[in-house]
This record gives sequence, C-alpha cells and structure tokens, in this order.
Amino acid sequence: MSTTTAPLRNIKARRTLAENVVRTLRTAPISAWFGMIVILFYAICAIFAPLLAPYGESEIGGAAYQFSSWQHWLGTDQIGRDTLSRLIYGARNTIGIALITTVISFLVGVSLGVLTALERGWLDQGISRIVDAFLAIPVLIFALMMLAIVGKGLVNLVIILALLDSTRVFRLARAVALNSVVMDYVESAKLRGEGMGWIVFREIIPNILPPLITEFGLRFCFVFLTIAALSFLGVGIQPPTADWGSMVAESKSMIGFGRAAPLYPAAAIALLTVAVNFVVDWFLHRASGLRDGQ
Amino acid sequence: MVSDKKRVKGEVLLEMRGVRIEGRSDEVWNPIIKGVDLTLRRGEVLGLIGESGAGKSTLGLAAMGFARPGCRISAGSIVFDGKDLIAASEDERRALWGSRIAYVAQSAAASFNPAHQILEQTIETAVSHDIMPREKAEADARDLYKRLQLPNPDTIGDRFPHQVSGGQLQRAMTAMAMSCRPDLIIFDEPTTALDVTTQVEVLAAMRAIVEQFNTAAIYITHDLAVVAQMADRIMVLRYGNLVEEAPTREMLKQPTQAYTKSLWAVRKLLKPESISDDIVLRIHDVTASYTGSIKVLDNVTVQVPRGRTVAVVGESGSGKSTLARAITGLLPPSQGEIYFNGKPLPKALAQRDRDTLRRIQMIYQSADTALNPRHQVRDIIGRPLEFYAGLRGAARDRRVVELLESIELNESYIDRYPSEMSGGQKQRISIARALAANPEVIICDEVTSALDQIVQEEILSLLMRLQRDTNVSYLFITHDIATVRAISDEIVVMHQGKVVQQGPKSKVLSPPYPAYTELLLSSVPDMDPDWLTNLLAKRSRKAGVTA
Repeated sequence: MSTTTAPLRNIKARRTLAENVVRTLRTAPISAWFGMIVILFYAICAIFAPLLAPYGESEIGGAAYQFSSWQHWLGTDQIGRDTLSRLIYGARNTIGIALITTVISFLVGVSLGVLTALERGWLDQGISRIVDAFLAIPVLIFALMMLAIVGKGLVNLVIILALLDSTRVFRLARAVALNSVVMDYVESAKLRGEGMGWIVFREIIPNILPPLITEFGLRFCFVFLTIAALSFLGVGIQPPTADWGSMVAESKSMIGFGRAAPLYPAAAIALLTVAVNFVVDWFLHRASGLRDGQ
Repeated sequence: MVSDKKRVKGEVLLEMRGVRIEGRSDEVWNPIIKGVDLTLRRGEVLGLIGESGAGKSTLGLAAMGFARPGCRISAGSIVFDGKDLIAASEDERRALWGSRIAYVAQSAAASFNPAHQILEQTIETAVSHDIMPREKAEADARDLYKRLQLPNPDTIGDRFPHQVSGGQLQRAMTAMAMSCRPDLIIFDEPTTALDVTTQVEVLAAMRAIVEQFNTAAIYITHDLAVVAQMADRIMVLRYGNLVEEAPTREMLKQPTQAYTKSLWAVRKLLKPESISDDIVLRIHDVTASYTGSIKVLDNVTVQVPRGRTVAVVGESGSGKSTLARAITGLLPPSQGEIYFNGKPLPKALAQRDRDTLRRIQMIYQSADTALNPRHQVRDIIGRPLEFYAGLRGAARDRRVVELLESIELNESYIDRYPSEMSGGQKQRISIARALAANPEVIICDEVTSALDQIVQEEILSLLMRLQRDTNVSYLFITHDIATVRAISDEIVVMHQGKVVQQGPKSKVLSPPYPAYTELLLSSVPDMDPDWLTNLLAKRSRKAGVTA
C-alpha cells in the first residue's frame, strides 16, 4: 500500500442469509412450525415419490376395491391401484403443477402491476380495465370454458389458470406498489437516472415483498384447490396421472358403501391448505409487525 | 357542566405523582416516563417541552389516564378533580374523556372524519354525552367558531374537512375540544404542521378561548418560542425525566440546568454572508403548472452562485418545492429556461444525460421516505458511486466509509438499515448519498424541518462544513426563518408562485420590507412571552389605521 491512502480495514460484512433465516425461525410460533413441518413432509413426498411409494403411479397391484391391509395400507382403487402410492405421486403432480402455475401468475401479475403503478396513464387504464373484466367472471366457469375451447391438457391448464390468477396478483401488486412509487426514494432513483429495471426490482419490489409472499401462499392454495376441482370435474389433470382431485372424483361413490377411500385425498388437500395458511399467517404477522416497529 | 360555577381559579385540578409509563418492544417493557410529578391548577396553562422521544406526548395522554396501545402506566397516581384515574374503570374514564378532558391532536386533518361535516363532528361529544340538546350544541358551536375567529362562523360548520384550510381545521378542532367546556384540554403540538402566518392566528384563538373559560391546559410542543406565548409554567422533559420546571418568565430568564440552557441558547450558528458572481445555476423566467391552468410557478427568476447558499422561503403552497421539481426536470417548465454553468438544461428528466444528473443532487425533508427501508447504508451511499463513478466491490466500500467519516459517522454504520438509525443519522446518510455523486448543486428541500432543534443545528453545521470543503452550492428550501438567518448567503422570498423579493441576506432581512416579507418575518415567534400580545396589538392598531 502506498503511504497516501489509509490502511485497508476489514469492513464489516453483512449478516449472511443463513444467519437471517435462523434468526427468523427462532421466533416462529407453534402453528407456523406445524405448517412448515407439514409442507416439508409434502415436499419430501413429492420429490422422492418413486423411492417412497410402495407401488408405481399407475401400477395395478392387486384386486379392485380392497380394504386396508399390510400390502395396501390404504387399500386399492376401482382398478386395483395402490391408494397410498397414488397419494404420494399425487403430491408430486398436484403440488408441482399448482406451484408452476402460481409462479407464472406472479411473474406476470407482479411485473405488470408494478409497471402500471409506476407509469400510470393510459397503460394503467388499459390493463386495469381488462383485468376488471376478467375479475368479473368466476374463475372456475371461465377455466371450464377456456379448456373447452383450447382443449384439455396440462400445458393449457397451467397457462389458463396462471393467466386467470395473474389478474388477482396484478390487482394486489399494483395496489401495494402505488404506496411505494410515491416515496422519495423512488423519485431519488429516477433523479439519479436509474433505469426501469433497477427501480422495479431494487427499489419497489423489496418493499412490497411481504404482502406478495403472503399472497403467494394464499394464491397457491386457491390454484391448488381449483386444479383439484377441475380434476374432480374431469377437465383437469388427466388419467392415468395420479392427482388428488381426480382421485376424489373416481372414488366418490365408495363413500356410499362406508369406505374412507375418497377421504384420503380430500384430507391430503385439506391438510396442505391448512399448513400453507398457518405459515402465511405467521408471515403476515411478521410483516405487519415490522411495519409497526418502524 | 356548561356553567362555570365550580371553576375556581387556582384550585388543584390534576395531580400526577411518580408516574411511570412503560412501552413494550421486542418482548420487554422499556421505561418511557421514569417517575414524573405534575400538578396543574384550574386556569393554568402548563407547557411540556422536550425533543422527540422525550415522552411529552405519552405524559400528556397519561394526564387523561390513557396509555397508547403497547404502553402501560406501571406506577404512580393520577388524580383528576379528586378522582383517581388509574383506579377508575374504563367506563368511568371514558365518561370523562371528551366531556371534562379534551385532546387536540397535531394533525387536525387526520383527526377529522372526511365523510362528515365539521359541525356534526364538533358537537358529537356534547350530544352523545347528553351534555346539551342538539340545537343548543349547534348554536354553541357556531358561537365558538366566532370566538375562534373562523370566517363565516354560521355556515363553516356545514363544510366538510377538505373544504377548509389547515389552520381553520385546527381551530375547528379546538372548538370541538371546547364544545363540552372541559376542565382540562391537552394540546399536542397543535400548530407544528401549520405555516407561521397561520400559526399566529391559531395560537391567539386558542389562548383567548382558554382564558375566557378558565380552562386548564397542557400544551405539548418542541417549539420554545410557541410555548413562551402560551404557557404560564414550563416543564422540560428529557429521556422520560423531568429536567426543570419553573414559571415561564423565570425559566426564560434564567434556566438552571445545562440541558435547558442548550435548548434556550438562541441558534449559535451564523454564517457570514458572502456574495459571488460566479453563477452555477440560473433559473430564468420559469413558469410551470401541474394542470395547465393554475401557474404554480409564475415567471420565476433565481440565480444560484457557486459555493454559496441560496435560501428559498415561503409558506406551503408558495411554489418553493415546485421550483425544485422544475430544476430537477420532474416538472418540465412550460416557459422559461434553466441554465446550468451557462448552458441551457434539457427540460425533462429523460432528456438529461447521466453526468448532468450527477451534478444536481437533492436531499429530502424526510429521510424516512427518502431512504429505501430495505437497503443498507452500504447500498444507499454505494449506489451513486457505482452508478456514476463505476466503483465496485472493496473500492466502493472504502469510498462509502470515507463518506461516512465525512458526515461524522463511522464504518460501523455500513450494514445498518434506515430503521436502525436516529432521525439525524438518517438525514446524514441522505447527505452522504448526495455527496457521493460529487455534485455542483444540492437542492435541500426542508431538510431540517423534521428534526429536533439540537439535531437541526448539527445538520446545518455539517452542511456548511461540507460546502467549505467541496465548494458545492445549496438551494435551500425552507419555511424556517431562523434557519435562513443562520446559513444563507442570499434569500429568495416566494409567495403564491411568484418571487416577492430576492437579494443578499443582509438586505432581505433588514427593513424596509415588502408587505409579504414583513408579514412572514413578523409571524415568526420570539422567545419573548409578550411577543404574541404585542404583535396582536400592533396588527390591530394597523388594521384600525387602514380602516
């Protein structure tokens, strides 16, 4: 080092991500822990389905309509497939598809929402009115109609649901971004000459993230329920792919014979929804608590 | 209760003994008020002063037996007219609130319901507490409006809150508090949000009405000159402790405690005026408007010399912040030119290149909104370095630390978020962010008005030192005449979008004044407790002469 500059010092490093996560988790309430453990359990089932499931996804492992036994813990379905294995594979399909759909809807909804909040004017008017029109139509009916027009199929299903859902995400993102775009720090970034990318992703989105993450959890539940409903109606995920909605549909008549078969996939749906909501509640609480502190 | 039968002046009305109040944060109870005694007699006005966070509002609310959510009164006694407010049940306390103890908040605009007419809200407590029948309450409210010198007292109550000015709304709120003729009114910074010229009217009205009805009052403020006009006795609070208590005149004349003396010392800062002909920024005949019809800036011409401070003063709505928007290109002027170093600036922000943007920086009033709460100091100050000078990594961090040192902070602040710093520190970070761009002109928009007096002075002397070091020019927008007196070289007085007067400080601040400058300067309260009385007498004499 030359003598003219001050000796180099170690400038304090920022707290690492891992440290932050640990600090946050320490404060989690019991309900959130329950939620997180359940979600983790589902995630493990989904990821390691081929290793965990005793039978294949559509493998016929025995006679139809069997009761619970050591071979088939939850019995078999109408064509003799193992219900437990189909539940495990169903986690992979239903959750995976719902997750992809929600992610797409957020990418579209959040970027358009923040952009319109920043730009206002005719762009905002145009997009907002189109979204209003979409919001006026019930999702399930609209999805049924669109699937009837473009045809059944996984890709169509994901695209249609993602677009429909993005209208709701757009609404929220625009509303929360409107509070952020009027802040002096956004003006300051504009005066600095920053581009749109920096302003949207570095100045605004970090500030509106808490409500968006919360909404992500809730939207995920809704998408997941919509997919289950569509599958139940026979236009969602198509057989022989295992999925909880269609499993309920296929076994629904068994309830009349005192069999619990349709309750297993229904319980799987319910438990995941509750778990996600617990975690989301905690997030919401934390996010609003933060704001009180400031 | 409307009759004044029991109002014996001098009788003890409120007695607080050893009051301790705690606030809950991060799962622990922290003391806010650490054992304060307070006695208030009928007809007496007690001034509570201190910096923000001193606990004055908390103590004021405690006088009603009320603790904000998340706070609790943990010890002590509060006796109001023989009744122990801490032992009283919630219902008993609620019966007192509004009818016998009233509260006037800082922001009248936030305290009125925008969906109801003013009269309706003024009489609401009186009617709901069954103190008087509706017709009588309405007539009484109109009478109060008249006493408070509101324009059109018979019809103003039919308006909605957004249809009257801030000063009028603040007076309407005083009328609301007076509607039940309470024994005690708590004024919590009631004029802080008002312009000086409006403040005079509101202060005069409030003082008159408190005297007329022999009401006791607690007047909370951080403005010493205001409290000197209003209070009979002053209590100085700091960190939840009582520092000093004395009758107003006595305390003004000879404060005993060091802290009080430091508050009392008239601003020590005084920069000698220096004039320069080297003009860096010239605003020439600029007209601008938001809607096209109303000119917010009307043929404004202002010159900013290099390395000097030009103060722009005026009330809210005078166009001084719009001037800043026109200069920065956020509001392109409809007419006129802005010259920077002799060359015309492109009008709109989008047409200016990065280097032009770098040369003009801005510091905002509220560092809370000017600093992104999700960015650390490292990013806040580092971004302009990266953006304009291309500094990255360790080189950038080192420069950030240098800048932190130049604003009298140190490197331990580098990974803090704005919420982890005090108001003064945050404003320093804003200054460092502007400096990071190495600008030629910094526009300071009310940069000290959200800060306490002592912090204000620190920030102003920092700005002056930085000017000496870097020869940067300031365009200093403010409504505070004391600040202008302290730091400016030249002054521009604005009123309703027009420049009323401009020139060197010594010339603008000495007579003869144009009419508006005179009004503005005479409305700035002095520490003299007779100031308001004298001013009102002088103005009414003048009105008598002209009439």
